[in-house]
Amino acid sequence: MSAVPASSAAHDDILAVSGLTMRFGGIVAINDLSFTARRGEISALIGPNGAGKTTVFNCITGFYKPTSGDIRLTHSDGKSYVLQSLNDFRICKVAKVARTFQNIRLFPGLTALENLMVAQHNALMRASGFTLMGLLGMPGWRTAEKAAIDLSSYWLERIGLFDRADEAAGNLPYGDQRRLEIARAMCTEPALLCLDEPAAGLNARESGELNELLLSIRDDRGASILLIEHDMSVVMEISDHVTVLDYGVKIAGGTPQQVRDDPKVIAAYLGTDEETALAVMEGDA
Amino acid sequence: MGNERTPPGFAAALKKASLSAFVALILFSLMVGVRTEAGPTGQLIYWTRFGELAGLVSAVFAGSLILELLRSWFGPLDTGKFIPAAADGPLKLAQRFFPLALLIFTLIFPVIFYEKRYILDLGILVLTYVMLGWGLNVVVGLAGLLDLGYVAFYAVGAYSYALLATTFGLSFWICLPLAGILAAFWGVLLGFPVLRLKGDYLAIVTLAFGEIIRLVLINWQTLTGGPNGITGIPRPSFFGIPLTPGDDGFAARFGLEFSPTHRVVFLYYLILALALLTNWVTIRLRGLPIGRAWEAMREDEVACRALGINITTTKLTAFATGAMFGGFAGAFFATRQGFISPESFTFHESALVLAIVVLGGMGSQLGVALAALVMIGGFELFRDFEQYRMLVFGLAMVVLMVWRPRGLVGHREATVFLHHRTEISAELSREGRG
Repeated sequence: MSAVPASSAAHDDILAVSGLTMRFGGIVAINDLSFTARRGEISALIGPNGAGKTTVFNCITGFYKPTSGDIRLTHSDGKSYVLQSLNDFRICKVAKVARTFQNIRLFPGLTALENLMVAQHNALMRASGFTLMGLLGMPGWRTAEKAAIDLSSYWLERIGLFDRADEAAGNLPYGDQRRLEIARAMCTEPALLCLDEPAAGLNARESGELNELLLSIRDDRGASILLIEHDMSVVMEISDHVTVLDYGVKIAGGTPQQVRDDPKVIAAYLGTDEETALAVMEGDA
Repeated sequence: MGNERTPPGFAAALKKASLSAFVALILFSLMVGVRTEAGPTGQLIYWTRFGELAGLVSAVFAGSLILELLRSWFGPLDTGKFIPAAADGPLKLAQRFFPLALLIFTLIFPVIFYEKRYILDLGILVLTYVMLGWGLNVVVGLAGLLDLGYVAFYAVGAYSYALLATTFGLSFWICLPLAGILAAFWGVLLGFPVLRLKGDYLAIVTLAFGEIIRLVLINWQTLTGGPNGITGIPRPSFFGIPLTPGDDGFAARFGLEFSPTHRVVFLYYLILALALLTNWVTIRLRGLPIGRAWEAMREDEVACRALGINITTTKLTAFATGAMFGGFAGAFFATRQGFISPESFTFHESALVLAIVVLGGMGSQLGVALAALVMIGGFELFRDFEQYRMLVFGLAMVVLMVWRPRGLVGHREATVFLHHRTEISAELSREGRG
């Protein structure tokens, strides 16, 4: 885990988690976890079921208050935010961390376009003079609304839903809903995009499309992505850096290749019998 | 769509109707079948009324059978099944122009019914409830916050106007915005403690809030006059010109013959203007980020937080906006009646306004207006039924809700669109959970 790829040496850390501990009563969900995510990279957090991945996510995105530890986010302009001391909605509004959910949480009764417009709430709120100017239909508000629709159209085009922009989000196919949720998160113009199992429930083709989308978000928009994933094909293909959790403790970290070969990871995923575990992994590859 | 259910046959309908009849038999056997009374010496006298019982049970059986058969013939009610494709175009057109036609009708309403004082008064009453419905629609329909204490803001508005006008002699046009602001303030005050509550729990607390306001009004004798209420509330003036028979009155100034109807017509247009203001503001707000945040909050609060939307201010603004319109309506109510007492602000009013919103279809402006017309106008229509009025009215409500379970207008219109205007079935929305 000390081995840092030379190519990313120029990058700096966007997210630094140190000593993160989360207890629910007597249960320790995360124990003294430290890891970093680099700017402009796709970092993955993996681990077996119940390893505490989603708990880490909820701590980063403000849905849980960690028992102890420090989560620090640094923007490219050098401004740094201590996430555990920010209120839930401010993590998105001020620190610019956007997230998606394991079980999709779109607004099903709103159209795809409206979903993306809601995501631009804070920018539009300012442009509408906190409703007053918008109510009177000031030209400044009109142009801002036009810009917001343009941004939404751009993302709808990117995820291939431009033609279905006016359909209720709840009526879209599952794979489209997944992509729409990512587009919605991107519409908040985040510095860090957190994805909770984005490939869950997708078939092989949809999963491939998702990979392309995530890579293009990283490359074109320069966004940093942190993702939790079960689907190893996604993790191994697109991640630049992988952190492995088991029982709330970090057991490995590094490039996908390094992690794949780490006996501890194999043991965690496939049981303690390393002999058979290795055999299975080799057979898989 | 994928709704390929085989329509249940006559046998199934018969079975269901028999079941309903059986339940009715059990329910009514003691309530109607046996009549008990205390005799002259205090002993129990009872006699049976099997004829009435049989009548009721067979009515339930027949009603249920007809309902089931209608259902199996028409399938799940959706307009596509009733209307031939050829009529679709004209119908769409009619649908588009219906609100406009309704608006024109309400504008010329006093001209048509100038001679009929009763109808004019009824029109004012309906419009008051349209306005209250539109106000509550912001809270319940758009923001999805189930509010059972809406009458509290109506009361705050009415008492604000009454007290400001009788104590300080302020005119209606100064008091109107003040009443709205004060009601909005109370809306925020109610909003704070219920920020974390949802659904049923929120409903109970708002219900209690409505009762608290009413009890304070009854018991704070020195300020509100207690159960005696406030009398002698100044009537509104036509922008400074009083509507009185005197020399400086409206009739004399404009060279008309004095008629008490002038005031009624003026009140009619006043409440119409207030209601249309409510409607306009609500429609504008829906297209603004705040309105979209309300609707998003109704759909999913957690997702809203993840998108950086401040739920606290979003909820409070919804409460405040709804309450403000309630306050305006209350001020109008006070100036129209000239007398207010806590009796006008019971839970019954809250329930009625909420029923209007639910019946109209949550979030739909046109639906709420139609529902107010049906609920208030319909209730007056059934006056001839005398003591069966409530029964007939209740039956009509049940039929309406069976026919249109999502309200009169069961879809929401998208606030923004790329290609074409779309209407989304309310089935997709998750209302009333927030």
